[in-house]
Amino acid sequence: MPPRIAAIPLVSSHRELYEPCDDSFALVDALLADRTHLIENNPKVCMEIGCGSGYVITSLILLLKNEVPGVHYLATDTNPIATRVTKETLEAHGVHADIVCADIASGLEKRLAGSVDVIVVNPPYVPTPDYEVGMEGIASAWAGGVNGRTVIDKILPVVDILLSEKGWFYLVTLTSNFPAEICLMMRKKGYASRIVVQRSTEEENLLILKFWRDKDEECQDKEISSSFVSQFSKSISSLMEKQWR
Amino acid sequence: MRLIVHNMLSCNIRGVVNKFPLRIEPEKVIVKEVDFNPDFLKHMIAKIDWKALVDGARSMGYPELPDHPPTTLESDESFLRKFHHSLLELNLEEGSLVCPETGRKFSVNKGIPNMLLHEDEV
Repeated sequence: MPPRIAAIPLVSSHRELYEPCDDSFALVDALLADRTHLIENNPKVCMEIGCGSGYVITSLILLLKNEVPGVHYLATDTNPIATRVTKETLEAHGVHADIVCADIASGLEKRLAGSVDVIVVNPPYVPTPDYEVGMEGIASAWAGGVNGRTVIDKILPVVDILLSEKGWFYLVTLTSNFPAEICLMMRKKGYASRIVVQRSTEEENLLILKFWRDKDEECQDKEISSSFVSQFSKSISSLMEKQWR
Repeated sequence: MRLIVHNMLSCNIRGVVNKFPLRIEPEKVIVKEVDFNPDFLKHMIAKIDWKALVDGARSMGYPELPDHPPTTLESDESFLRKFHHSLLELNLEEGSLVCPETGRKFSVNKGIPNMLLHEDEV
């Protein structure tokens, strides 16, 4: 029997909330693709930042719950409506996560530092003018500011604080977010990265990135940086070719 | 909101030093049964601020936890059951979390704490 994920008819909704869409599905597909590794990693604390409808955190719980018992699941969202809808979605699937209404992980950073083994984020990544970032309601789900990076760039240092030594971080990005630059920024903090899922839709070219701590990755060298970016672009192009073939 | 979350929440207002633990002002407390998992509890106890848990449970009407956890947990199921109940089964459904330094109240509605700040607090 294939592992269970959240069922769309059971996902709660609200007119002020972003419904599960291609990006959410791609993120859950990445978690499914990595499921065996996730089980082996034996996480104790898993967290979603920006849980929206609750589709992703519910799926993560469902696809781990039989193999990895006793995991503490946390979910945050800056939109109070999203936190309530996530609770409904979780309850409809008979699973539990602790939900906090917070800006990224504000209020949790001090005590959760270095303790989270899996962090999943589908951030607001759509390039918009910066003034649209952080507006109340549904816009907070997609308005990503210049290059769609304003919120992503705020999330990265928080993830670096929260993630445990063996921690993994899954991030939804678009090619227009300059993902190679994101990987390079994380590399300078000591993280290795890879693309778990690449998916082109009519509207966007999605990449699900995975990051993990790797002591060998720390580097400041400019030459290596530029070759890293060109290698990254090559791997994206080859993934895209595969998809269209 | 369960006490496992309360144990992880601090006041996030800029400049506040004494930010943990938040004092619980309960309006409605409910108990939701959770499967007993001793391994999970043994893993968690190292991460838990014990005094915050004891005070939190007391403020929610459960005074059964000892002031200090026993040194050996293996054989002490009655202790683990109390720890389990406090950490995972007590739920603050409605109420407030109060910053120990500023007295700022963070509301808890339908079991969800709201840690969002006002503009002048960030």
